[in-house]
Amino acid sequence: MNVMIVGVGGQGTLLASRILGNTVIDLGYDVKVSEVHGMSQRGGSVCTYVKFGEKVYSPIIDKGEADIILAFEMLEAYRALPYLKKGGKMIVNNQKINPMPVITGAAAYPADILEKLAAVADVTALDALTMAEEAGSGKAVNVVLLGVLAKNTSIDYKAWQTAIKATVPPKFLEINLSAFEAGYRLA
Amino acid sequence: MKKLLLGNAAVARGAYEAGVHFVSSYPGTPSTEITEAMATYPAEEVFVEWAPNEKVAAEAAIGASIGGGRAMTCCKHVGLNVMADPVFTDSYIGVGGGLVICVADDPGMHSSQNEQDSRHYAKAAKIPMLEPADSMECKEFTKLAFSLSEEFDTPVFIRLSTRVSHSQSMVELNDRESVTVKPYEKNIPKHVMMPAMAIKRHVVVEERTKKLIAYAESSPLNTVEDNGSDIGVITAGIAYQYAKEALGDKVNYCKLGMVYPLPKQKILDFAASCKKVFVLEELDPVLEDYCKALGIAVIGKDVFTLLGEYTPSMIGKAVLGQGEKSHSVPQEALPARPPVLCPGCPHRATFYVLKKLGLTVSGDIGCYTLGAVAPLASVDTTICMGASISAAHGMAKVRGAEFNKKLVSVIGDSTFMHSGITGLSDIVYNKGCNTVIILDNSITGMTGHQENPTTGKTIRGEATRQVDLLLLCKGLGIERVVVVDPFDIAAFEKAVKEETERDEVSVIIAQRPCALLKSVRYTGKCRVTDACRKCKLCMKLGCPAISVCDDGTIHIDTSLCNGCGLCVSVCPFHAIEKTEE
Repeated sequence: MNVMIVGVGGQGTLLASRILGNTVIDLGYDVKVSEVHGMSQRGGSVCTYVKFGEKVYSPIIDKGEADIILAFEMLEAYRALPYLKKGGKMIVNNQKINPMPVITGAAAYPADILEKLAAVADVTALDALTMAEEAGSGKAVNVVLLGVLAKNTSIDYKAWQTAIKATVPPKFLEINLSAFEAGYRLA
Repeated sequence: MKKLLLGNAAVARGAYEAGVHFVSSYPGTPSTEITEAMATYPAEEVFVEWAPNEKVAAEAAIGASIGGGRAMTCCKHVGLNVMADPVFTDSYIGVGGGLVICVADDPGMHSSQNEQDSRHYAKAAKIPMLEPADSMECKEFTKLAFSLSEEFDTPVFIRLSTRVSHSQSMVELNDRESVTVKPYEKNIPKHVMMPAMAIKRHVVVEERTKKLIAYAESSPLNTVEDNGSDIGVITAGIAYQYAKEALGDKVNYCKLGMVYPLPKQKILDFAASCKKVFVLEELDPVLEDYCKALGIAVIGKDVFTLLGEYTPSMIGKAVLGQGEKSHSVPQEALPARPPVLCPGCPHRATFYVLKKLGLTVSGDIGCYTLGAVAPLASVDTTICMGASISAAHGMAKVRGAEFNKKLVSVIGDSTFMHSGITGLSDIVYNKGCNTVIILDNSITGMTGHQENPTTGKTIRGEATRQVDLLLLCKGLGIERVVVVDPFDIAAFEKAVKEETERDEVSVIIAQRPCALLKSVRYTGKCRVTDACRKCKLCMKLGCPAISVCDDGTIHIDTSLCNGCGLCVSVCPFHAIEKTEE
């Protein structure tokens, strides 16, 4: 299974991919998680890949190969569209973060992204930011989205909880578990 | 025990299991996490440090090796340029305890200023180079590198690339070998590289390479996978993984885990067993040129790119004519999302002022390179670590005093310690009148918050002596050293105007910590009030949290705003206020 996680640097995509990676190794799969560090983390487009199965070679996902795309931001969801497998699932946080060319007026933020995506893909859109804030912190957007992802996989609920406990610092655990629960219940 | 580990963390694990005693590095994406992971192992077992630059790090590691300990230094590809001087000569000296040099290339330039291929260094310095293709190999190859280093009396390179360094995969963990530090032996002919000695050592190096070639022929690092195909693929590193993904068992593989020196006979035999041979390697045609020199008609860069990263689909198409998987594409051009300075970044204030004053800005390597991105678009040049100061010196000398009054260098605290000091002493010595702005944000930012000699903490977070930038500059002979907070825009602007006007060298230390540091706590959020006259001056800050709405009003996204208040201070109509949390 190929999961692509896309968003804007600073949104917590890296932690999401690590939690997912840890969830699936506990189930005995071969796993590769490809991360982004360095300059692009500074507010740029970021994407991480999590691939698992019997045997995984390439850590990256090619065009038309992602079973699920977990998008933290709408424009980044749209940008990632070519990577989605035909019949694949897209889970999109409906947050809009203007990139600098839009802020400076050099480009326009595309209109009606969710509608355009829904015309060609199976899309679940949600307001993960509000849900995360309700769970106790806007920073938990990543775990809300993981909750939605969890519902779209056959992986047991408990395996996710175990991985979250193993990955998240103890003082943020409660917020993260309720953020996960919120995402899981939505889907 | 099995664990999911980043390639870089697996290299560190390999070094740990090999009983490494000493690790010294300078941070550089994509290599940084090796040394960070190293510092998670007990201080009693391994000494780990951030050095001020790669040359110092390599020299320290060489010293540790001569001193009898197993030692390692890690860098990014351009860091290897900085450490090249000691490394080339250490090839002649060889090692006491095993010495491993990890270098991480960045095909695709995810976080780099060029795309150089470090394999050329292996050949040029006559140092063996191993190239792992996943995290398990990262660990195993690093362990083996230490024993090869001691067996052949040579430093050994581990070559990584972004996708190997920054991918997590499964690693089987083993215990640490108990390796004791060897007794120190004074050995002038081996350790003192002056002509009479070095001439003899060069002979040893050439003999060693012959032995390494013999080793490469039978080494378990170089494997052949015969799938009974007519097509052969010679490959190494991440390209092997892409090839396996795309081509499966439809071709034969010659996977080279040791990319220098190469196993001549093994490659000849492999090529002879196939009708058509492809060489799959990102960046330069290093393996390809070698094969062609052996007279093998391989297919390489004539169908594959010299630029950026490969992908499995690219390989599948070129080797087997496979089509791309079907997919949808956006029906319009999408705006790019380049990286930007974070909300609350102290550099934003600096570049806002430099842009306003219309200065030429000689830039450097760090987060603040993003001062070149619109709307700040302030930085004029970025070359390499430290060049902001030395390049401005050259520029000022050819363009003269009037130009120099509109010219500044900007350099981070860590980059200044890395290689800014020498450039500054050049200006002092050769009667330059430049203005240098040290952007002191109390951390090495871009690579993810590493300590440095100015921060007062070691890599393990222990308190240590702190280099005083002001005293350091004074000590270089600079009389004008001004410390100012760039968020005090009026004071900073005044300082820049005054210092650039002077006919002497000045340093402005722009002091404000990185907004992402845990110790930095801005409270509340910024909010636009009804007093806004839509003048858009705040838009010149290039803050990702501030946008113009369709009706021309200014909107601040509270999920992005960190309450730094810079926009509050630039607004001429007092139309932005701070709200309490």
